[in-house]
Amino acid sequence: MENGVKVAYVAAALLFIVGIRRMRSPETARIGNITSALGMLIAVVAVLFQTEVLSLWQVAIGVVIGSVIGAVAAQRVQMTAMPQMVAAFNGVGGAAAALVAFVDLYRVESLEMPPGGVLGTEGYVAAVAIILGIVIGSVSFAGSVVAFGKLQEIFLTGSIAFPGQKAVNALIALAIVVLGAFILTGSSIISPVLAAAIIMGAALVLGMLLVIPIGGADMPIVISLLNAFTGLAAAMSGFVLSNYVLIISGSLVGASGTILTRLMSSSLGRPLGGIIFGAVAAASEDDDEDGEEKSARSVSAEDVASTLKYDAESVIIVPGYGLAVAQAQNSIADLVKALESEGKQVRFAMHPVAGRMPGHMNVLLAEASIPYDKLFDMEDINEDFDETDVVIVVGANDVVNPIAREEGGSAISGMPILNVDHAQRVVFVKRSLSPGFAGVDNPLFYDEEKTMMLFSDAKSGLDEVVSAVKQG
Amino acid sequence: MTPPPDTAQLLAEFTVFALAVVIGFELIARVPSLLHTPLMSATNAIHGIVLVGAIIALAGAGEEFDLLTKVLGMIAVIFGTINIVGGFLVTNRMLDMFSSQGRRGGRSGK
Repeated sequence: MENGVKVAYVAAALLFIVGIRRMRSPETARIGNITSALGMLIAVVAVLFQTEVLSLWQVAIGVVIGSVIGAVAAQRVQMTAMPQMVAAFNGVGGAAAALVAFVDLYRVESLEMPPGGVLGTEGYVAAVAIILGIVIGSVSFAGSVVAFGKLQEIFLTGSIAFPGQKAVNALIALAIVVLGAFILTGSSIISPVLAAAIIMGAALVLGMLLVIPIGGADMPIVISLLNAFTGLAAAMSGFVLSNYVLIISGSLVGASGTILTRLMSSSLGRPLGGIIFGAVAAASEDDDEDGEEKSARSVSAEDVASTLKYDAESVIIVPGYGLAVAQAQNSIADLVKALESEGKQVRFAMHPVAGRMPGHMNVLLAEASIPYDKLFDMEDINEDFDETDVVIVVGANDVVNPIAREEGGSAISGMPILNVDHAQRVVFVKRSLSPGFAGVDNPLFYDEEKTMMLFSDAKSGLDEVVSAVKQG
Repeated sequence: MTPPPDTAQLLAEFTVFALAVVIGFELIARVPSLLHTPLMSATNAIHGIVLVGAIIALAGAGEEFDLLTKVLGMIAVIFGTINIVGGFLVTNRMLDMFSSQGRRGGRSGK
């Protein structure tokens, strides 16, 4: 039986690897996800055999409760809220990892560790793994909670920094190290369980403090990083329990999550270190010219429609988060149909972080049945803006803000942007002139020659344009 | 319940760990940004594997241990399961949208 369990674990780990591998292409991604899920099922059944279903009913209750919550959450969540959902699932995973480590410490402490604690090498390794599991899992949990709050815009939105933040973080980290040393040396000053509980609390605070100063625009990268953290925490619990499937899957996620994080941050042009440690100063410097009114050309839906109809051959649509919030996917799909029936060329320019996460906007447009082949990645379409007649920017701002090309200062400096300012005309469908998620004003709004502002909710604005195009 | 690991076992565990890290690095080579979100979500579901650890902890807590460990173990099991079930389902929903399109632009919304 015991060998059977081990074989099952290896099988599960292999299925995870194959599953992730298949996620690399859209054609096989779905089957890849199912492959990983199958691996998970095998691993969970195997552990039930391993533990000889000692307390099956308790496990069953927990699994049923968790399944119901997870399934309901996953089915109910709006596609627009996907980043928060991933953050939430990541958070509970991190918490589970921290709790497993804690429970294990409790058990080791009450069973094996002699008073005054003299551990062998292996005991030290187990203890280190326990402490790391608690710390990483707790940081991941607390960080995910903050990320969730920011993305859901319930609390702690924007970038919040206070003086001496780094020093406080360093002090907390130091306290964790000292308490960890107490546990390892079996110091009698403080009981290991109490020390571990304090470590857990400190790590929770640290996790929050690490994420609080990071602005909303960088949140996807943070979630991806925390995802890698949780993987690492799971691997640590694998060391504690001498369980290979935990070690393999955890480190697999830790490593692939790290690479994915780097991939994302490079597509944003934001060095990872800068996001985590630099935490762009919250103050935006261009606030000082608030006194003078800058004017923008406000237009009606009919104006937009006639421009599109009589003054444009090629149109590029830049979808942003505002489109998602307004649930305007289907309206934009109607607009595409209307324009194409007029013989226009219509394409979509996808910024890597359109929406709030890489690939997020693709998911939303897929929901409205807009074909893949109309969606172009930034690199593939950026040079075509020069020959484009009209660009329609729907609910996006930061990703088309020319300020990003300028060095220094603003929160989005250095971020690669779509060159919409190279097109003949730009139409913004936007509720107001307010700056976007990153809180940086966009000079393009005030270019009265080039820019038309349709102040409206994305959905109603687009619907009006569509009907005007059809009538006119 | 878990016997304390001996040195050979420990070395084997480190080897496995190191190899898995290498595989993890290699697995994510060039993923189209289209798939970044689903991929993150899927790897997120995979670290729900910590449920295995949670079950071991809860089962181990079954007899000799007090209420605290049982409660913590139970929470860990619930959380781990949420991570797994929610993670895979949400990933599946995202990917459904891509594939339903392949099948000649059918609507996938509800």
